[in-house]
Amino acid sequence: MGRLEGSHILHGHKGRVWNVAWHPEGHLLASCGEDKTIRIWGRDGQKWVCKTCLSDGHSRTIRSVSWSVCGKFLASASFDGTTSVWTYTKGDYDCIMSLEGHENEVKSSAWSHSGQYFATCGRDKTVWVWEVAEDNEYECAAVLFNHAQDVKKVAWQPGRDILASCSYDDSIKMFREDGTEWVQCANLTSHTSTVWSIAFNGSGDRMASSSDDLTVKIWQEYPPGNAQGIETPDNIPAWKCVCTLSGYHPRTVYDISWCPLSGRIATACGDDKIRVFQESPESDHDAPTFELDGAVDGHTQDVNAVAWNPKEVGLLASASDDGTVRLWCAK
Amino acid sequence: MSCACACASGPSTENSQEVPARGCCQDEIKPSATKSGCCQDNSDGKFDSKGIYELIRNIMDPEHPLTLEALNVVNEADVKVYNEREVMVLFTPTIPHCSMATMIGLAIRVRLLRTLPPTFKVTVRISPGTHVSEHPINKQLADKERVAAAMENRNLLAVIEQCLTFEEDSDVHYDKPASCGNPDGISATTSNSVS
Repeated sequence: MGRLEGSHILHGHKGRVWNVAWHPEGHLLASCGEDKTIRIWGRDGQKWVCKTCLSDGHSRTIRSVSWSVCGKFLASASFDGTTSVWTYTKGDYDCIMSLEGHENEVKSSAWSHSGQYFATCGRDKTVWVWEVAEDNEYECAAVLFNHAQDVKKVAWQPGRDILASCSYDDSIKMFREDGTEWVQCANLTSHTSTVWSIAFNGSGDRMASSSDDLTVKIWQEYPPGNAQGIETPDNIPAWKCVCTLSGYHPRTVYDISWCPLSGRIATACGDDKIRVFQESPESDHDAPTFELDGAVDGHTQDVNAVAWNPKEVGLLASASDDGTVRLWCAK
Repeated sequence: MSCACACASGPSTENSQEVPARGCCQDEIKPSATKSGCCQDNSDGKFDSKGIYELIRNIMDPEHPLTLEALNVVNEADVKVYNEREVMVLFTPTIPHCSMATMIGLAIRVRLLRTLPPTFKVTVRISPGTHVSEHPINKQLADKERVAAAMENRNLLAVIEQCLTFEEDSDVHYDKPASCGNPDGISATTSNSVS
Protein backbone atom coordinates (compact mmCIF):
# COMPACT_ATOMS: atom_id res chain seq x y z
CA MET A 1 0.00 0.00 0.00
CA GLY A 2 1.41 3.33 -1.04
CA ARG A 3 1.24 6.62 0.79
CA LEU A 4 0.17 10.10 -0.17
CA GLU A 5 2.20 12.75 1.61
CA GLY A 6 1.31 16.38 1.58
CA SER A 7 4.22 18.54 0.50
CA HIS A 8 2.85 22.04 -0.01
CA ILE A 9 -0.30 24.05 0.62
CA LEU A 10 -0.70 26.98 -1.75
CA HIS A 11 -2.77 29.87 -0.46
CA GLY A 12 -3.90 32.80 -2.51
CA HIS A 13 -7.25 32.09 -4.08
CA LYS A 14 -10.30 33.50 -2.35
CA GLY A 15 -13.21 31.12 -2.36
CA ARG A 16 -13.34 27.74 -4.02
CA VAL A 17 -10.66 26.61 -6.40
CA TRP A 18 -12.24 24.63 -9.21
CA ASN A 19 -9.36 23.30 -11.28
CA VAL A 20 -5.60 22.76 -11.62
CA ALA A 21 -3.53 21.99 -14.69
CA TRP A 22 0.18 21.27 -15.12
CA HIS A 23 2.23 22.82 -17.89
CA PRO A 24 3.38 19.98 -20.20
CA GLU A 25 6.99 20.53 -19.03
CA GLY A 26 5.83 20.06 -15.45
CA HIS A 27 7.44 23.16 -14.00
CA LEU A 28 4.33 25.33 -13.75
CA LEU A 29 0.88 24.74 -12.30
CA ALA A 30 -2.18 26.79 -13.25
CA SER A 31 -5.22 27.06 -10.98
CA CYS A 32 -8.52 28.89 -11.24
CA GLY A 33 -11.67 29.47 -9.27
CA GLU A 34 -14.58 31.38 -7.91
CA ASP A 35 -12.49 34.54 -7.40
CA LYS A 36 -12.28 34.98 -11.18
CA THR A 37 -8.51 34.66 -11.23
CA ILE A 38 -5.96 32.31 -12.72
CA ARG A 39 -2.85 31.71 -10.66
CA ILE A 40 0.35 30.30 -12.08
CA TRP A 41 2.56 28.59 -9.52
CA GLY A 42 6.19 27.64 -9.91
CA ARG A 43 9.14 26.44 -7.87
CA ASP A 44 11.30 28.86 -5.97
CA GLY A 45 13.96 26.78 -4.31
CA GLN A 46 12.14 24.40 -1.98
CA LYS A 47 8.94 26.38 -2.08
CA TRP A 48 6.17 26.84 -4.58
CA VAL A 49 5.21 30.45 -5.15
CA CYS A 50 2.56 32.24 -7.12
CA LYS A 51 4.41 33.62 -10.15
CA THR A 52 1.46 35.30 -11.78
CA CYS A 53 -2.12 36.18 -10.94
CA LEU A 54 -4.34 36.91 -13.95
CA SER A 55 -7.39 38.77 -12.72
CA ASP A 56 -8.74 40.64 -15.71
CA GLY A 57 -9.65 37.79 -17.96
CA HIS A 58 -13.18 36.99 -16.89
CA SER A 59 -16.17 38.57 -15.25
CA ARG A 60 -17.38 35.43 -13.50
CA THR A 61 -16.05 32.22 -11.96
CA ILE A 62 -13.30 30.55 -13.98
CA ARG A 63 -14.18 26.88 -14.08
CA SER A 64 -11.17 25.27 -15.70
CA VAL A 65 -7.72 25.88 -17.16
CA SER A 66 -5.75 23.83 -19.66
CA TRP A 67 -2.39 24.10 -21.41
CA SER A 68 -1.71 23.41 -25.05
CA VAL A 69 0.48 20.38 -25.72
CA CYS A 70 3.30 22.63 -26.95
CA GLY A 71 3.07 24.56 -23.68
CA LYS A 72 2.85 27.95 -25.34
CA PHE A 73 -0.81 28.58 -24.62
CA LEU A 74 -3.11 28.49 -21.63
CA ALA A 75 -6.89 28.43 -21.95
CA SER A 76 -9.41 29.44 -19.30
CA ALA A 77 -13.09 28.53 -19.45
CA SER A 78 -15.53 30.67 -17.53
CA PHE A 79 -19.11 30.93 -16.29
CA ASP A 80 -19.17 34.25 -18.16
CA GLY A 81 -19.62 32.21 -21.36
CA THR A 82 -16.19 32.92 -22.84
CA THR A 83 -12.97 30.98 -23.17
CA SER A 84 -9.76 32.98 -23.09
CA VAL A 85 -6.47 31.97 -24.63
CA TRP A 86 -3.31 33.31 -23.00
CA THR A 87 0.27 33.28 -24.09
CA TYR A 88 3.48 34.13 -22.28
CA THR A 89 5.59 36.80 -23.93
CA LYS A 90 8.19 39.18 -22.53
CA GLY A 91 7.68 38.24 -18.93
CA ASP A 92 3.92 38.38 -18.82
CA TYR A 93 0.79 36.59 -19.88
CA ASP A 94 -1.34 38.20 -22.56
CA CYS A 95 -4.85 37.30 -23.46
CA ILE A 96 -4.62 36.84 -27.22
CA MET A 97 -8.11 35.54 -27.83
CA SER A 98 -11.53 35.46 -26.27
CA LEU A 99 -13.74 32.79 -27.80
CA GLU A 100 -17.43 33.42 -27.67
CA GLY A 101 -20.34 31.36 -28.79
CA HIS A 102 -21.58 29.39 -25.83
CA GLU A 103 -24.93 30.61 -24.57
CA ASN A 104 -24.03 30.31 -20.95
CA GLU A 105 -21.37 28.86 -18.62
CA VAL A 106 -18.36 27.22 -20.28
CA LYS A 107 -17.20 24.29 -18.17
CA SER A 108 -14.09 22.90 -19.85
CA SER A 109 -11.65 23.35 -22.72
CA ALA A 110 -8.86 21.24 -24.16
CA TRP A 111 -6.32 21.22 -26.98
CA SER A 112 -5.84 18.17 -29.15
CA HIS A 113 -2.43 16.54 -28.99
CA SER A 114 -1.73 17.50 -32.58
CA GLY A 115 -2.28 21.13 -31.66
CA GLN A 116 -4.62 21.46 -34.60
CA TYR A 117 -7.90 21.47 -32.69
CA PHE A 118 -9.33 23.03 -29.57
CA ALA A 119 -12.60 22.07 -27.89
CA THR A 120 -14.94 23.73 -25.38
CA CYS A 121 -18.17 22.60 -23.72
CA GLY A 122 -20.78 24.04 -21.42
CA ARG A 123 -24.17 24.16 -19.80
CA ASP A 124 -25.83 24.96 -23.12
CA LYS A 125 -25.33 21.21 -23.83
CA THR A 126 -22.98 21.85 -26.73
CA VAL A 127 -19.43 20.85 -27.54
CA TRP A 128 -17.57 23.25 -29.82
CA VAL A 129 -14.62 22.18 -31.93
CA TRP A 130 -12.30 24.94 -33.08
CA GLU A 131 -9.58 24.74 -35.69
CA VAL A 132 -6.36 26.47 -34.74
CA ALA A 133 -4.80 28.17 -37.75
CA GLU A 134 -1.15 29.06 -38.07
CA ASP A 135 -1.57 32.69 -37.16
CA ASN A 136 -3.37 31.73 -33.95
CA GLU A 137 -6.75 32.30 -35.49
CA TYR A 138 -9.47 30.09 -34.08
CA GLU A 139 -12.22 29.06 -36.43
CA CYS A 140 -15.28 27.22 -35.32
CA ALA A 141 -15.23 23.84 -37.07
CA ALA A 142 -18.32 22.34 -35.44
CA VAL A 143 -20.98 22.87 -32.82
CA LEU A 144 -22.16 19.49 -31.57
CA PHE A 145 -25.58 19.13 -30.04
CA ASN A 146 -25.41 15.44 -29.19
CA HIS A 147 -25.62 15.72 -25.42
CA ALA A 148 -29.03 16.10 -23.81
CA GLN A 149 -27.72 18.08 -20.86
CA ASP A 150 -24.92 20.24 -19.43
CA VAL A 151 -21.51 19.03 -20.70
CA LYS A 152 -18.97 18.94 -17.89
CA LYS A 153 -15.66 18.12 -19.51
CA VAL A 154 -13.86 17.59 -22.80
CA ALA A 155 -10.64 15.63 -23.35
CA TRP A 156 -8.72 14.61 -26.46
CA GLN A 157 -7.46 11.09 -26.99
CA PRO A 158 -3.64 11.03 -26.98
CA GLY A 159 -2.19 10.32 -30.40
CA ARG A 160 -5.41 10.89 -32.29
CA ASP A 161 -7.69 13.81 -32.98
CA ILE A 162 -10.61 12.12 -31.30
CA LEU A 163 -12.59 14.11 -28.77
CA ALA A 164 -14.38 12.76 -25.71
CA SER A 165 -16.96 14.63 -23.65
CA CYS A 166 -18.92 13.76 -20.52
CA SER A 167 -22.17 15.15 -19.25
CA TYR A 168 -24.97 15.68 -16.74
CA ASP A 169 -26.92 13.38 -19.08
CA ASP A 170 -24.90 10.47 -17.61
CA SER A 171 -23.14 9.65 -20.87
CA ILE A 172 -19.69 9.95 -22.40
CA LYS A 173 -19.57 10.64 -26.10
CA MET A 174 -16.74 10.63 -28.61
CA PHE A 175 -16.39 12.58 -31.80
CA ARG A 176 -14.15 12.43 -34.84
CA GLU A 177 -13.75 14.30 -38.07
CA ASP A 178 -15.42 12.60 -40.99
CA GLY A 179 -14.65 14.54 -44.15
CA THR A 180 -15.50 18.12 -43.29
CA GLU A 181 -17.90 17.29 -40.50
CA TRP A 182 -17.47 16.21 -36.93
CA VAL A 183 -19.61 13.22 -36.05
CA GLN A 184 -20.30 11.18 -32.97
CA CYS A 185 -18.37 7.90 -33.06
CA ALA A 186 -19.11 6.49 -29.61
CA ASN A 187 -21.77 6.75 -26.94
CA LEU A 188 -20.73 5.27 -23.62
CA THR A 189 -23.64 4.77 -21.28
CA SER A 190 -23.05 2.95 -18.05
CA HIS A 191 -22.96 5.57 -15.36
CA THR A 192 -26.26 6.19 -13.58
CA SER A 193 -25.69 9.84 -12.82
CA THR A 194 -23.69 12.86 -14.02
CA VAL A 195 -20.24 12.04 -15.35
CA TRP A 196 -18.04 14.82 -13.99
CA SER A 197 -14.71 13.94 -15.52
CA ILE A 198 -12.82 11.71 -17.93
CA ALA A 199 -9.12 11.03 -18.31
CA PHE A 200 -7.19 9.01 -20.87
CA ASN A 201 -4.16 6.95 -19.96
CA GLY A 202 -0.79 7.84 -21.45
CA SER A 203 -1.16 5.74 -24.60
CA GLY A 204 -4.81 6.62 -25.12
CA ASP A 205 -6.17 3.09 -25.36
CA ARG A 206 -7.92 3.38 -22.01
CA MET A 207 -10.05 6.04 -20.37
CA ALA A 208 -11.24 6.50 -16.81
CA SER A 209 -14.46 8.29 -15.89
CA SER A 210 -15.71 9.60 -12.55
CA SER A 211 -19.31 10.21 -11.64
CA ASP A 212 -21.95 11.44 -9.23
CA ASP A 213 -23.06 7.80 -9.06
CA LEU A 214 -20.07 7.31 -6.73
CA THR A 215 -18.17 5.06 -9.13
CA VAL A 216 -15.14 5.25 -11.34
CA LYS A 217 -15.26 3.30 -14.59
CA ILE A 218 -12.40 2.13 -16.78
CA TRP A 219 -13.06 1.96 -20.51
CA GLN A 220 -10.97 0.18 -23.10
CA GLU A 221 -10.62 0.75 -26.82
CA TYR A 222 -11.04 -2.16 -29.21
CA PRO A 223 -9.80 -1.33 -32.70
CA PRO A 224 -11.25 -2.94 -35.85
CA GLY A 225 -9.97 -6.54 -36.24
CA ASN A 226 -9.33 -6.91 -32.51
CA ALA A 227 -8.42 -10.34 -31.20
CA GLN A 228 -11.24 -10.39 -28.66
CA GLY A 229 -13.85 -10.33 -31.41
CA ILE A 230 -15.51 -7.13 -30.25
CA GLU A 231 -17.56 -5.75 -33.11
CA THR A 232 -16.48 -2.46 -34.60
CA PRO A 233 -19.30 -1.20 -36.82
CA ASP A 234 -18.20 1.15 -39.61
CA ASN A 235 -14.62 0.20 -38.86
CA ILE A 236 -14.51 2.57 -35.95
CA PRO A 237 -12.89 1.50 -32.67
CA ALA A 238 -15.38 0.36 -30.04
CA TRP A 239 -15.15 1.22 -26.36
CA LYS A 240 -16.20 -1.14 -23.58
CA CYS A 241 -16.45 -0.64 -19.85
CA VAL A 242 -13.97 -3.18 -18.48
CA CYS A 243 -13.93 -2.25 -14.81
CA THR A 244 -16.12 -0.41 -12.29
CA LEU A 245 -14.70 0.77 -8.99
CA SER A 246 -17.56 1.04 -6.53
CA GLY A 247 -17.69 1.23 -2.78
CA TYR A 248 -14.61 3.46 -2.56
CA HIS A 249 -16.19 6.90 -2.84
CA PRO A 250 -19.06 7.85 -0.49
CA ARG A 251 -19.70 11.10 -2.33
CA THR A 252 -19.52 12.52 -5.85
CA VAL A 253 -16.19 11.97 -7.61
CA TYR A 254 -15.52 15.36 -9.17
CA ASP A 255 -12.30 14.67 -11.02
CA ILE A 256 -9.96 11.94 -12.13
CA SER A 257 -6.40 11.96 -13.47
CA TRP A 258 -4.39 9.14 -15.07
CA CYS A 259 -0.62 9.44 -14.72
CA PRO A 260 1.15 8.89 -18.06
CA LEU A 261 4.34 7.88 -16.23
CA SER A 262 3.23 5.42 -13.54
CA GLY A 263 -0.23 4.42 -14.75
CA ARG A 264 -1.74 5.35 -11.39
CA ILE A 265 -5.19 6.91 -11.21
CA ALA A 266 -6.03 9.69 -8.75
CA THR A 267 -9.56 10.80 -7.80
CA ALA A 268 -11.00 13.96 -6.26
CA CYS A 269 -14.04 13.32 -4.07
CA GLY A 270 -16.74 15.26 -2.26
CA ASP A 271 -15.71 13.61 0.99
CA ASP A 272 -12.56 15.78 1.03
CA LYS A 273 -10.31 12.83 0.19
CA ILE A 274 -7.85 12.14 -2.58
CA ARG A 275 -7.44 8.48 -3.57
CA VAL A 276 -4.87 6.74 -5.71
CA PHE A 277 -5.57 3.48 -7.54
CA GLN A 278 -3.16 1.13 -9.23
CA GLU A 279 -3.82 -1.75 -11.60
CA SER A 280 -3.28 -5.08 -9.84
CA PRO A 281 -0.20 -7.02 -10.90
CA GLU A 282 -2.20 -10.08 -11.97
CA SER A 283 -4.79 -7.98 -13.79
CA ASP A 284 -6.40 -9.41 -16.92
CA HIS A 285 -6.14 -7.02 -19.87
CA ASP A 286 -9.81 -7.37 -20.78
CA ALA A 287 -11.16 -7.48 -17.22
CA PRO A 288 -8.64 -5.43 -15.27
CA THR A 289 -8.71 -4.99 -11.54
CA PHE A 290 -7.56 -1.89 -9.74
CA GLU A 291 -6.52 -1.61 -6.12
CA LEU A 292 -6.70 1.31 -3.78
CA ASP A 293 -3.09 2.34 -3.38
CA GLY A 294 -3.58 5.17 -0.89
CA ALA A 295 -6.08 7.71 0.39
CA VAL A 296 -5.63 10.92 2.29
CA ASP A 297 -7.86 13.50 3.96
CA GLY A 298 -6.63 15.89 1.34
CA HIS A 299 -8.54 19.02 2.12
CA THR A 300 -11.02 20.40 4.63
CA GLN A 301 -13.78 20.56 2.02
CA ASP A 302 -14.69 18.94 -1.30
CA VAL A 303 -11.79 18.19 -3.61
CA ASN A 304 -12.71 19.53 -7.06
CA ALA A 305 -9.67 18.59 -9.12
CA VAL A 306 -6.57 16.38 -9.19
CA ALA A 307 -3.75 16.36 -11.72
CA TRP A 308 -0.60 14.26 -12.02
CA ASN A 309 2.57 16.08 -13.02
CA PRO A 310 3.48 14.89 -16.53
CA LYS A 311 7.24 14.85 -15.87
CA GLU A 312 7.77 14.13 -12.19
CA VAL A 313 6.59 10.72 -11.03
CA GLY A 314 4.34 10.82 -8.00
CA LEU A 315 3.82 14.59 -7.93
CA LEU A 316 0.10 15.32 -7.69
CA ALA A 317 -1.78 18.61 -7.44
CA SER A 318 -5.28 19.11 -6.06
CA ALA A 319 -7.81 21.95 -5.74
CA SER A 320 -10.66 22.35 -3.29
CA ASP A 321 -13.67 24.29 -2.05
CA ASP A 322 -11.45 25.17 0.93
CA GLY A 323 -9.66 27.73 -1.23
CA THR A 324 -6.32 25.95 -1.38
CA VAL A 325 -4.25 24.18 -3.99
CA ARG A 326 -2.19 21.35 -2.53
CA LEU A 327 0.76 19.34 -3.75
CA TRP A 328 1.29 15.70 -2.86
CA CYS A 329 3.93 13.09 -3.22
CA ALA A 330 2.55 9.64 -3.98
CA LYS A 331 5.06 7.05 -2.86
CA MET B 1 -16.37 28.71 0.58
CA SER B 2 -13.08 30.02 1.87
CA CYS B 3 -12.26 30.04 5.51
CA ALA B 4 -12.20 33.58 6.87
CA CYS B 5 -9.60 32.86 9.49
CA ALA B 6 -5.92 33.63 9.12
CA CYS B 7 -4.69 30.30 7.86
CA ALA B 8 -6.25 30.72 4.45
CA SER B 9 -5.47 34.34 3.81
CA GLY B 10 -2.49 36.02 2.26
CA PRO B 11 -0.56 35.27 -0.90
CA SER B 12 2.32 33.45 0.73
CA THR B 13 2.77 29.77 0.25
CA GLU B 14 3.68 27.31 2.92
CA ASN B 15 6.13 24.50 2.84
CA SER B 16 4.08 22.30 5.08
CA GLN B 17 5.58 18.97 6.00
CA GLU B 18 2.32 17.47 7.09
CA VAL B 19 -1.23 17.54 6.01
CA PRO B 20 -3.01 19.61 8.65
CA ALA B 21 -5.52 17.89 10.86
CA ARG B 22 -9.11 18.01 9.76
CA GLY B 23 -10.56 21.48 10.10
CA CYS B 24 -9.51 24.69 8.43
CA CYS B 25 -6.99 25.78 11.05
CA GLN B 26 -3.63 24.19 11.52
CA ASP B 27 -4.18 24.20 15.26
CA GLU B 28 -6.40 21.62 16.79
CA ILE B 29 -9.93 22.88 16.95
CA LYS B 30 -11.06 23.25 20.54
CA PRO B 31 -14.71 22.59 21.32
CA SER B 32 -14.91 25.93 23.04
CA ALA B 33 -14.14 27.88 19.86
CA THR B 34 -16.79 30.50 19.68
CA LYS B 35 -15.94 32.23 16.45
CA SER B 36 -19.09 32.09 14.41
CA GLY B 37 -19.19 30.73 10.91
CA CYS B 38 -16.02 28.93 10.00
CA CYS B 39 -13.74 26.94 12.24
CA GLN B 40 -16.67 25.93 14.30
CA ASP B 41 -17.05 22.27 14.81
CA ASN B 42 -20.23 20.70 15.98
CA SER B 43 -19.16 19.30 19.28
CA ASP B 44 -21.37 21.68 21.23
CA GLY B 45 -24.29 20.14 19.43
CA LYS B 46 -25.50 23.41 18.02
CA PHE B 47 -25.94 21.89 14.63
CA ASP B 48 -28.09 18.96 15.46
CA SER B 49 -31.34 18.37 13.58
CA LYS B 50 -33.22 20.70 15.89
CA GLY B 51 -30.62 23.46 15.48
CA ILE B 52 -30.61 23.11 11.72
CA TYR B 53 -34.40 23.04 11.56
CA GLU B 54 -34.36 26.38 13.40
CA LEU B 55 -32.31 27.77 10.52
CA ILE B 56 -34.80 26.80 7.84
CA ARG B 57 -38.25 26.84 9.37
CA ASN B 58 -38.74 30.58 8.85
CA ILE B 59 -37.76 30.62 5.19
CA MET B 60 -40.62 32.23 3.32
CA ASP B 61 -42.42 30.52 0.51
CA PRO B 62 -41.66 32.32 -2.80
CA GLU B 63 -45.33 32.78 -3.61
CA HIS B 64 -47.29 32.99 -0.40
CA PRO B 65 -46.65 35.12 2.69
CA LEU B 66 -46.14 32.10 4.88
CA THR B 67 -43.11 30.27 6.23
CA LEU B 68 -42.13 26.84 5.02
CA GLU B 69 -42.98 25.58 8.48
CA ALA B 70 -46.47 27.06 8.39
CA LEU B 71 -47.04 25.43 5.02
CA ASN B 72 -45.66 22.12 6.30
CA VAL B 73 -43.05 22.18 3.55
CA VAL B 74 -40.38 21.49 6.13
CA ASN B 75 -40.61 19.77 9.47
CA GLU B 76 -38.09 18.82 12.09
CA ALA B 77 -38.43 15.09 11.54
CA ASP B 78 -37.19 15.50 7.97
CA VAL B 79 -33.89 17.06 9.02
CA LYS B 80 -31.28 14.41 9.70
CA VAL B 81 -27.72 15.01 10.84
CA TYR B 82 -25.04 12.35 10.37
CA ASN B 83 -21.53 12.21 11.78
CA GLU B 84 -21.92 15.76 13.14
CA ARG B 85 -21.07 17.25 9.77
CA GLU B 86 -23.55 15.95 7.25
CA VAL B 87 -27.16 16.99 6.96
CA MET B 88 -29.99 15.75 4.80
CA VAL B 89 -33.09 17.93 4.54
CA LEU B 90 -36.22 16.59 2.90
CA PHE B 91 -38.86 19.10 1.94
CA THR B 92 -42.43 18.51 0.84
CA PRO B 93 -43.85 20.81 -1.85
CA THR B 94 -47.44 21.81 -1.13
CA ILE B 95 -48.73 20.12 -4.28
CA PRO B 96 -47.14 17.48 -6.57
CA HIS B 97 -46.91 19.94 -9.49
CA CYS B 98 -45.61 22.85 -7.46
CA SER B 99 -43.65 25.03 -9.87
CA MET B 100 -41.64 26.61 -7.07
CA ALA B 101 -40.13 23.37 -5.80
CA THR B 102 -36.65 24.02 -7.21
CA MET B 103 -36.72 27.58 -5.86
CA ILE B 104 -37.65 26.36 -2.40
CA GLY B 105 -34.93 23.71 -2.45
CA LEU B 106 -32.44 26.34 -3.51
CA ALA B 107 -33.51 28.72 -0.73
CA ILE B 108 -32.96 25.97 1.82
CA ARG B 109 -29.54 25.19 0.37
CA VAL B 110 -28.46 28.81 0.38
CA ARG B 111 -29.66 29.39 3.93
CA LEU B 112 -27.65 26.40 5.13
CA LEU B 113 -24.64 27.35 2.98
CA ARG B 114 -24.55 30.73 4.70
CA THR B 115 -25.11 29.56 8.26
CA LEU B 116 -23.45 26.19 8.67
CA PRO B 117 -19.67 25.71 8.97
CA PRO B 118 -18.14 25.29 5.50
CA THR B 119 -17.06 21.77 6.37
CA PHE B 120 -20.70 20.65 6.60
CA LYS B 121 -22.01 18.49 3.77
CA VAL B 122 -25.53 19.53 2.85
CA THR B 123 -28.04 17.53 0.82
CA VAL B 124 -31.49 18.93 0.09
CA ARG B 125 -34.06 16.68 -1.51
CA ILE B 126 -37.76 16.46 -2.14
CA SER B 127 -39.53 14.12 0.21
CA PRO B 128 -39.93 10.91 -1.83
CA GLY B 129 -43.17 10.61 -3.72
CA THR B 130 -44.33 14.19 -3.17
CA HIS B 131 -43.52 15.78 -6.51
CA VAL B 132 -43.86 14.76 -10.15
CA SER B 133 -40.36 16.00 -11.06
CA GLU B 134 -38.69 14.74 -7.93
CA HIS B 135 -35.66 13.16 -9.60
CA PRO B 136 -34.68 15.98 -11.97
CA ILE B 137 -35.11 18.57 -9.24
CA ASN B 138 -33.08 16.53 -6.74
CA LYS B 139 -30.36 16.18 -9.35
CA GLN B 140 -30.20 19.92 -9.93
CA LEU B 141 -30.10 20.69 -6.23
CA ALA B 142 -27.31 18.14 -5.75
CA ASP B 143 -25.13 19.64 -8.50
CA LYS B 144 -23.05 22.24 -6.69
CA GLU B 145 -21.67 23.66 -9.92
CA ARG B 146 -25.19 24.34 -11.19
CA VAL B 147 -26.20 25.81 -7.85
CA ALA B 148 -23.11 28.06 -7.83
CA ALA B 149 -23.74 29.30 -11.35
CA ALA B 150 -27.43 29.89 -10.58
CA MET B 151 -26.56 31.95 -7.52
CA GLU B 152 -24.61 34.31 -9.79
CA ASN B 153 -27.89 35.18 -11.48
CA ARG B 154 -29.12 38.47 -10.02
CA ASN B 155 -32.80 37.93 -10.62
CA LEU B 156 -32.78 34.50 -9.10
CA LEU B 157 -30.71 35.72 -6.20
CA ALA B 158 -33.26 38.48 -5.52
CA VAL B 159 -36.07 35.94 -5.24
CA ILE B 160 -33.99 33.74 -2.95
CA GLU B 161 -33.10 36.73 -0.75
CA GLN B 162 -36.75 37.53 -0.39
CA CYS B 163 -37.46 33.96 0.73
CA LEU B 164 -34.68 34.27 3.26
CA THR B 165 -36.04 37.47 4.77
CA PHE B 166 -38.29 36.61 7.63
CA GLU B 167 -40.30 39.37 9.25
CA GLU B 168 -41.75 38.90 12.70
CA ASP B 169 -44.77 40.99 11.79
CA SER B 170 -47.48 38.51 10.86
CA ASP B 171 -49.06 41.06 8.57
CA VAL B 172 -46.04 40.92 6.33
CA HIS B 173 -46.36 42.78 3.05
CA TYR B 174 -44.96 40.55 0.42
CA ASP B 175 -44.08 41.37 -3.17
CA LYS B 176 -44.85 38.67 -5.63
CA PRO B 177 -41.49 37.59 -7.02
CA ALA B 178 -40.64 39.25 -10.31
CA SER B 179 -40.72 36.76 -13.11
CA CYS B 180 -37.25 35.47 -13.55
CA GLY B 181 -38.15 33.35 -16.56
CA ASN B 182 -35.65 30.56 -16.94
CA PRO B 183 -32.97 31.50 -14.44
CA ASP B 184 -29.41 30.46 -15.15
CA GLY B 185 -28.65 26.97 -14.08
CA ILE B 186 -31.79 26.28 -12.17
CA SER B 187 -35.26 26.73 -13.52
CA ALA B 188 -38.09 27.94 -11.33
CA THR B 189 -40.49 25.78 -13.22
CA THR B 190 -40.44 22.09 -13.79
CA SER B 191 -40.35 22.47 -17.55
CA ASN B 192 -36.57 22.43 -17.53
CA SER B 193 -36.57 18.84 -16.46
CA VAL B 194 -33.74 16.43 -16.91
CA SER B 195 -34.87 13.99 -19.56
